[in-house]
Amino acid sequence: MAYSSKVLDHYNNPRNVGSFSTADPNVGTGLVGAPECGDVLKLQILVNPETGIIEDAKFKTFGCGSAIASSSLATEWLRGKTIDEALAIKNTEIVEELALPPVKVHCSVLAEDAIKAAIKNYQEKQAARQASQPQEEVVGA
Amino acid sequence: MTLKLPIYMDNNATTRCDPRVVEAMLPYFTEKYGNAASRNHAFGWEAEAAVEEARAQVASIIGASAKEIVFTSGATESNNLALKGVASMYRKKGNHIITAVTEHKAVIDPCKRLERDGFQVTFLPVDRFGQVHPEQVAEAITPQTILVSIMAANNEIGTLNPIREIGRVCKEKGVLFHTDAVQAVGKVPIDVQEMGIDLLSLTAHKLYGPKGIGALYVRKKDPRVRLDPILDGGGHERGMRSGTLAVPLIVGFGKACDIAQREMPEEAARLLQLRERLREGIMSRLEETYINGHPTERLPGNINISFAYVEGEALMMGIKDVAVSSGSACTSASLEPSYVLRALGVGDELAHSSIRFGLGRFNTQEEVDFVIDQVVKAVTHLREMSPLYEMARSGIDLKSVQWAAH
Repeated sequence: MAYSSKVLDHYNNPRNVGSFSTADPNVGTGLVGAPECGDVLKLQILVNPETGIIEDAKFKTFGCGSAIASSSLATEWLRGKTIDEALAIKNTEIVEELALPPVKVHCSVLAEDAIKAAIKNYQEKQAARQASQPQEEVVGA
Repeated sequence: MTLKLPIYMDNNATTRCDPRVVEAMLPYFTEKYGNAASRNHAFGWEAEAAVEEARAQVASIIGASAKEIVFTSGATESNNLALKGVASMYRKKGNHIITAVTEHKAVIDPCKRLERDGFQVTFLPVDRFGQVHPEQVAEAITPQTILVSIMAANNEIGTLNPIREIGRVCKEKGVLFHTDAVQAVGKVPIDVQEMGIDLLSLTAHKLYGPKGIGALYVRKKDPRVRLDPILDGGGHERGMRSGTLAVPLIVGFGKACDIAQREMPEEAARLLQLRERLREGIMSRLEETYINGHPTERLPGNINISFAYVEGEALMMGIKDVAVSSGSACTSASLEPSYVLRALGVGDELAHSSIRFGLGRFNTQEEVDFVIDQVVKAVTHLREMSPLYEMARSGIDLKSVQWAAH
């Protein structure tokens, strides 16, 4: 199968490979896929809690070239977006941008799932933090 | 010396036609173009003589006599003819066939069709190296068994089966023995007499001959094997395979067998040395790499390695100047990882991570060294990008993780 030039570009020069510490309350982590299916995608966002804007995003992917390209592209698109804007990213946009063939559509689905999972994780962490903070103040007083 | 890229290292898929083979074939396209079945003029006689010489060359490489060779379009046809031809001819004698789970689809699928047509087929499991044992065959044989079909060498993992021992079991029990020897002929010694083989499939393009021509060896005595043909027509090839003989291809096939037979000892030793250089070069520089198949009982030119935490298709993209193949689902139309690797008990995650390197006559040591470097670079690059590698490094047992399978 021939790859599109955009897939090749992301494969050869992946953007934003790496990891943030999951201990950081402003980091949301999404881990989707399974090794036995041949794709695992870890996508992380770093959110500014004041503005709600995704300031940075990183990924690590075990999978084919299209899975790597889909995750790399997702991190590019996430940077500078609000949570709501990020939630609006659709896998079909990734398919279109990377010119993925039908057999590789699942790679883009996985990237969309990872975005949603990372946001959910961030929101859960923020909610847990807010739930625990007032209590600390009570204890302090 | 500068390397010519890309490098072909997929010789279990097909091989380059040897220039000596092409040269032998050429006159049969333009000058000696007669039909081998034309009995009444010089063009026909010339073609027939060439076919008979090639038939003897093909027979010789497997220790058969020329009369026992039936030319076909390739090994898929040979396997179909052997399985369906025997099943149909011996149906009154019994309806049971024995084969193995790691066979090529050209054996598995005809067997499945025979199952639909009322035959019973036993698909024997293999051990973790991919071998079928003669005791398994002996235990599976029933009074209804008419045929055992076990491959000589596996196309994906290169594992050699104990054909001689399996042949002996079949002989003792009076059951016909067919072997798909496509990968083995010309690479390791095969002798139908010594190994008790009654039917054997082979093809030209795996041994530096042209595509589109193969043969089925059909034993003529002790016992005389009979087949119902699949193709009806002019009664060529002793009535077993009608159709005008592809004279140029047959001439090339014969020449390829002749070269392979003469050069096999030297070539096998050279390929084994190159393969071990490749294996050691890769495995000494990369941790968590695993050989698929048998460590020693394998084709000299084949090595199949799984690279943990790296997906096979992505790895092939990373070594884009090298033509290899992978057991990863992403490289197959079915989106399932290799059924052969699964049959060995290789986990799906490692099946997705496998690469088959097939060395052949035209590979050089410089190419092997280049491939080692490319593979090490690509695997290192992809592991840095792999969440699985990161998790394993930080001490997480990947088997304990609850994955959301999709």
